[in-house]
Amino acid sequence: MSLDLVDVTVAPSGGASLFAPVSASVRAGQCLCLIGPSGRGKSTLLSMIGGHLPRGLTGAGQVVLNGRSLVPLPAEARRVGLLFQDAPLFPHLSVGDNLAFGLAGHVSGRSARRAAISDALSQAGLTGFETRDPATLSGGQRVRVALMRALLAEPEAVLLDEPFSRLDVALRAEIRSFLLAHIRARGIPAVLVSHDPEDADVADHVLTLAPWGASQ
Amino acid sequence: MKLILAAFLLGATPAMADWAETLAEARGQTVYWNAWGGDPRTNAFIEWVSARTEAEFGVSVQQVKLSDTAEAVARVRAEKAAGQIEGGAVDLVWINGPNFMAMKDEALLHGPFVAGLPNAAGVDLSEGAAATLDFTVPVEGMEAPWRLAKFVFAHDSARAPEPPRSMAGFVDWAKAHPGRMTHPNPANFMGATFLKQALVELAPDRAALAAPATDAAFGAQTAPLWQWYDALRPHLWREGAAYPENESVQAQLLNDGEVDIAMFFDPAAPAALIAQGVLPETVRVFVPDAGTIGNISFVAIPFDAAHRAGAEVVANFLLSPEAQAQMQNIEVLGSYSVLDPARLDDAAKAAFAALPTAPALPRLEDLGATLPEPHPSWMTRLTEEWAKRYTP
Amino acid sequence: MIWLRLLLAGGIVAPVLAGLVLTLAMALRPEASGFAVAGIATSLRLTLVTGVGATLLSVGLSVPLSLWLLPKARARAWLAPFLAVPHATLALGLAFLIAPSGWLVRLVWPLDLPPAIVTVGDPWGLSLMLGLVLKEVPFLTLVTLAAAAQHLLEAHFAAGQSLGYPRSQIWRQVVWPMLYPALRLPVFITLAFSLSVVDMALLLGPSHPPTLAVQILRLFTATDPDARFAAARLAIGLLLVTGGAVAVWRGAEVVTARLLLNRLRKGMRRVPRGAGGAAIGVSGLILGGAAVLVLALWSVARRWPFPAVLPEQMTFVGWQQLVWAQTAGETLLIGLAATVISLVLALIWLEAEDRSGSRMRGGALIVITPLLLPQISFLQGVAQGFLWLGVPAGRMAVIWAEILFVFPYVMIAITGPWRAMDAQQLAAAASLGAGPMRRFWRVKLSLMLRPLLTAAAIGFAVSCAQFLAVLLPGAGRVQTLATEAVALASGADRRLSALYGLVLALLPLLAYGLALGVPAWVHRDRRGMRGER
Repeated sequence: MSLDLVDVTVAPSGGASLFAPVSASVRAGQCLCLIGPSGRGKSTLLSMIGGHLPRGLTGAGQVVLNGRSLVPLPAEARRVGLLFQDAPLFPHLSVGDNLAFGLAGHVSGRSARRAAISDALSQAGLTGFETRDPATLSGGQRVRVALMRALLAEPEAVLLDEPFSRLDVALRAEIRSFLLAHIRARGIPAVLVSHDPEDADVADHVLTLAPWGASQ
Repeated sequence: MKLILAAFLLGATPAMADWAETLAEARGQTVYWNAWGGDPRTNAFIEWVSARTEAEFGVSVQQVKLSDTAEAVARVRAEKAAGQIEGGAVDLVWINGPNFMAMKDEALLHGPFVAGLPNAAGVDLSEGAAATLDFTVPVEGMEAPWRLAKFVFAHDSARAPEPPRSMAGFVDWAKAHPGRMTHPNPANFMGATFLKQALVELAPDRAALAAPATDAAFGAQTAPLWQWYDALRPHLWREGAAYPENESVQAQLLNDGEVDIAMFFDPAAPAALIAQGVLPETVRVFVPDAGTIGNISFVAIPFDAAHRAGAEVVANFLLSPEAQAQMQNIEVLGSYSVLDPARLDDAAKAAFAALPTAPALPRLEDLGATLPEPHPSWMTRLTEEWAKRYTP
Repeated sequence: MIWLRLLLAGGIVAPVLAGLVLTLAMALRPEASGFAVAGIATSLRLTLVTGVGATLLSVGLSVPLSLWLLPKARARAWLAPFLAVPHATLALGLAFLIAPSGWLVRLVWPLDLPPAIVTVGDPWGLSLMLGLVLKEVPFLTLVTLAAAAQHLLEAHFAAGQSLGYPRSQIWRQVVWPMLYPALRLPVFITLAFSLSVVDMALLLGPSHPPTLAVQILRLFTATDPDARFAAARLAIGLLLVTGGAVAVWRGAEVVTARLLLNRLRKGMRRVPRGAGGAAIGVSGLILGGAAVLVLALWSVARRWPFPAVLPEQMTFVGWQQLVWAQTAGETLLIGLAATVISLVLALIWLEAEDRSGSRMRGGALIVITPLLLPQISFLQGVAQGFLWLGVPAGRMAVIWAEILFVFPYVMIAITGPWRAMDAQQLAAAASLGAGPMRRFWRVKLSLMLRPLLTAAAIGFAVSCAQFLAVLLPGAGRVQTLATEAVALASGADRRLSALYGLVLALLPLLAYGLALGVPAWVHRDRRGMRGER
């Protein structure tokens, strides 16, 4: 079980890649931390892996997850979870319905699904939050719900785009260990984009994105 | 029911058998009656007709409210131009004069059908009778009469107690009361009728008006009319720079106190409008001493009508004593009946005699003589000539 | 996207093109030339004066008004009801208000007979221009405010004020001209509409002779069979006049821009003139409000003779008899059908663009063309075309014709919010395994609920206000509140036309109310969905 990147680049149409070709392998339960100055394309690399590249950007190279090549697949078929900065939830759905949206389809039956959701909430320390309006959650609560939503979809890898950057420092460590603990428990590879040296400290690997033209 | 029973009792003549067939075919049909929709009372009467024909013959009537009958003519014409020969949008049309002449000339009408209507027996259809001519155009069974129309003026007796006694007298009256009278735009039927009324009184040779208007005849017969109108126009409402769209808008002006005189093609209209609160209670009918022009309103059936049988059933019902008495009722419509009183049975006579009256409802003898309509070509030409002369 | 192109081509482009071609074919028939129309030069002059004049005035008044409303979110909310009130309602109310025997005169005039002044139907078209201005100023103001929201204007104002210019001058000389490119199309729509308006011109405009558009309608429905060819010829003429007016306007923009620049270069600081916008806003509100109020009074009047300020006798018979209910139902049905179809078409278009990852070329042209052409120059042709296609005159034909005008407004209203939708939410949904269908139904539609309903309300209001699109393709078989209100205005019973005019305004107002209320209720417990546009 691993996520493998081979010579991955992303370029605007007709231009050079934003960063030097990236090759990496993240094993199950491990966390790769991507660092590099802003504007180098860290988030773009995540979009390339997750299948969310916006119009006008073209990716190249191989992205292989557990032996499946992801590049030809649409985002919804890649089984790659995603956590953004601020971890936004669907504003029109309750916390419980946000989780229900994520919960894998094979969990069937109303009571089974309900149980899975309440179980996920209690794992996040948010027991009884099903009917809450996402807009009323604190930043830390939101990140935890967003992670639970991503995990309920049973992804084979998780991408984290600076999910702690807006949290205050005290909370950050707590949420970070919560996230990593859950990801490790699932035994899936994770890629974390960060500016924070402490994030790099807890990661299994650190990769600095180099500018196009620089050697690896 | 009554009709079928009557047919049974009288022994089925071929015509009666045909009518029974028409009744059978008509059952379940919805007749689209294209009728000017500017008068709520007429609209309500048509709804009453629908309820009655629905109950009695299973034929319902849907009024298509026109702002001008020409819309229906244009519609049928367009259908014919598109090569349509059945399923037309117009089943029955309230029609008169130039519109009838146009549809008849362009073969846009179904018929003759009037003689086949059982209730036509109550109408005087002998040669030269009022119901056989529509603006001097022979009807020839192509349209069925349904209401009598006679041109009358109305004045507010509180503000203008002494209305003119002749068309010529309008000039002096208008000079004495500047801006207090007008007439509908002659592009509208009622405006054109006002000019026709004046033409009938002022023409040197009234008999010439019965023939189609030639250039020479038109020039000779209308010269005094234009002279009269040139004298009248500067004293009209807004000095003749604008005219109400039709007689109803002019009635609004009368109620608003902007003018003192209105005109109608229905002697009962002022009384009806007073009863509704639309006109002041002091409004009364007046007519020039020499009488006014009058005609009969008809319904016709287009050649491609989708519900021809239903349309015939409705046309026939309109001629029943029941419908005619309902129509003449001042509380309903107040339009004078087209039936020949001599042909009514006692029950029908009693129904007419029992109708209510109103202070503004003129007696028949106060309405003066009914003058014949000029040939339709006169109206068309009058309208065009007026537009040419007086459009800035 | 080929099938989408086909759908739009068949549903929108083809009817418009066919309508134009059929009208042109009629205009080129030899019968058209032999038909003399009295006063045509006057009609042309009237059309140009009222159409161009109303547009100039509307643009001119919208400038100070939008400056005044710029910081006032609450006052801005008053613009929506103005937009919702159909032209026919406003024209009817205005006619009752400003007639020589109207409400305004009754309030001040001491005599028993009304003054011999000339207002409604005046030969100069001033009443018509007033009506158009009252309707178009809110539209242009709203468009201006929407364009202003795209820029950070406070920085410009601050920079200008620090140089000693008052806000009003900065607005007129710098900011408004900066926004103008976004206003150009709405201004042209206003210009084309004002040059070809029929219902307002019937109710407020001169009649002897009338404006070109009304004259064309009269000829299309005249008894003389040759008249419709002449009508078609004039309709093509009106199309050329509109094109010419747009071209001249475009030229005048260049000249005006140069003049403005010259004034700006002089560096003259002017005394602030702040009251202009407030005066325009308040007087417009009073005039519009009074017009609707006088309609309400007439709808319950029994006797209301001239000098009386209030009806002598009141009655609710008109309302109770529900004579209006059937027409209101028909209007509702047609409005809902046209709106739903337009909305679905717009959603298909936008979703197809999302999935293909590219914008459709020429799309804007399809959307905007029906609004830039004078309706009467192609609707008679459209009706004829429907007949040939086997779509009989009636409700179906009316709905289709209305879509030509409802769809553009729905599309314009929804495109901005749709394209501004939060891409992260969609990426999050995809990463959770939601495919395009689930993303569309579960995420996009929910996030777009408020803009969708707003667009629907706008579309419904546009449908309610249609007059020619009902009259011509409906062949008189279809009556909506707008056509009935206009038809009844030429009847004797003013109370009835007032009632229809009022109900005509109530329907779209109700739709706007629902567009505000439904999302607020559905999202009553979702703070994150509030305050979104």
